[in-house]
Amino acid sequence: MTHIIEVEHLVKSFGSVPAVDDLSFGVEEGTITGLLGPNGAGKTTTIQMLLDLITPTSGIIRIFGKEYRSAREAILGKLNFSSPYVSLPGNLTVHENLLTFGRLYGVKELRRTIDELVDFFEIRDFLGKMTYNLSTGQLTRLNLTKALLNNPKLLLLDEPTASLDPDIADRTRALLMRIQKERGVTILYTSHNMEEVEEICDRVIFIQHGKLKDQGTPEELITKYGHEDLNDVFLSIARNPS
Amino acid sequence: MRWHRIQALLIRHLYLYKRSFPRIMDIVYWPVMELLVWGFLSMYIEKMNVGGFNAVTVLLGAVIFWDFLNQSQKSVSIAFLEDIWEKNLLNIFVTPLRLSEFFISTLLVGFVRLILVGIILTVLSFVIYGFNLFSLGFALIPFVLNLFLFGWALGLFANAIILRFGTSAQILAWGFLVLVQPFSAVFYPVSALPQLLQPLAYLLPSTYVFEGMRSVFATGTFSAPHLWGAILANAVYLTVMIWFFFKMFAYVKREGKLLKLN
Ligand SMILES: Nc1ncnc2c1ncn2[C@@H]1O[C@H](COP(=O)(O)OP(=O)(O)OP(=O)(O)O)[C@@H](O)[C@H]1O
Ligand SMILES: [Mg+2]
Repeated sequence: MTHIIEVEHLVKSFGSVPAVDDLSFGVEEGTITGLLGPNGAGKTTTIQMLLDLITPTSGIIRIFGKEYRSAREAILGKLNFSSPYVSLPGNLTVHENLLTFGRLYGVKELRRTIDELVDFFEIRDFLGKMTYNLSTGQLTRLNLTKALLNNPKLLLLDEPTASLDPDIADRTRALLMRIQKERGVTILYTSHNMEEVEEICDRVIFIQHGKLKDQGTPEELITKYGHEDLNDVFLSIARNPS
Repeated sequence: MRWHRIQALLIRHLYLYKRSFPRIMDIVYWPVMELLVWGFLSMYIEKMNVGGFNAVTVLLGAVIFWDFLNQSQKSVSIAFLEDIWEKNLLNIFVTPLRLSEFFISTLLVGFVRLILVGIILTVLSFVIYGFNLFSLGFALIPFVLNLFLFGWALGLFANAIILRFGTSAQILAWGFLVLVQPFSAVFYPVSALPQLLQPLAYLLPSTYVFEGMRSVFATGTFSAPHLWGAILANAVYLTVMIWFFFKMFAYVKREGKLLKLN
């Protein structure tokens, strides 16, 4: 299996406190991988370093086998990101937002691409709406639409299902699985919903205090820790002081 | 540098203006009000017949030029703040967009606003006060371009400060232009400043432009030294401000504050 993301001895300190502490892991191409850990474990910090939005204190990040310092445009052109904590401009219409980001990514045949994605995510009805008028569930779908505009090979998603009602969260999960299957996109995402993670993740990476605690398929970890489900695994790892 | 990315951001800002009456008013309102105040004042002074002083040309020319500078600084900062207000910086910087392309797009937004204000003020001052800005002749364009670039450099500085300290530093950042005004010899020549402050005035590109403008109005001939002074000083400011913005951007990335900016 080829690793689409390789992280080696990654460290990020804010002042004297390490948010990410000697973290090494790989993400295999074509998988959905969950980046898990308690609040403050360093998940968001890690994702942002993978996006070149935070400069690591030390360590190596390789995406598509390349490093940011020499291949920033090549890397960013082939990945995308979405999180409910990062909004698209509310004062543009949905369509204007998609056009703007499509142009930023230099998407060929932009209108056709938008047309396809709009059907995939069923957002055609509110293309003309101002973005600030969308509901949380509609925004999630718009964010994902934006995230697929450049036909990315890799998606980094920070809590994509946070604050969604069970129905919309379920549909979002289904969409994520379709994105991975139909488009062969590799997905690395964070979530606090272990049931969801168990359902859609091929592999999971547990971190705590910025350190790698364990990794593997959900089944492997459930067996290893002798539990019923991933939720209990999470609790064992999070509450184990070592 | 890729044009499609610069264009994307430019069009994004035009979408905003297309829709928003307050944004358009923001461009038109202040300059027009200033033009009215200073225009009537200069008509009044002219009627008092102060010898050898052509109030209308000197004051109106100065007001319009000052608005060009103001407009330029303001549009760069607003273009930047739009993305901070809308928490959009992260989305923008996970695209392959480069900082240089981001700069150029704000420069173009500023240019569009400048042209708009330029047309409105030129027409209004001609219709109401019979003042013809084009009597400056060829000198007009390079002088205005220098003001525009200086405004952009100041706007970039304000943006760097906002990046570093958050939007609570907005007020400080806006205030910087006001600090520049007394020393730029906008409405009076440098010689009117106290001896001690005169060298300070010559550190500002704007000073050369306003002195140059007055000299054209007074003598009717174009003043090359003033233009070169402005270009040289601008080159220094632009280099320093761009460097400063890059520094602050690197700082924000190091401190993980890009997501937390507000
Ligand atoms: N910009 C920053 N400056 C200082 N400390 C920070 C900064 N960003 C994150 N931290 C700290 O780094 C640690 C990791 O934070 P991070 O946001 O990565 O956690 P997380 O795993 O995403 O948590 P959550 O599940 O709550 O989202 C926390 O202790 C946090 O306080
Ligand atoms: Mg987080």
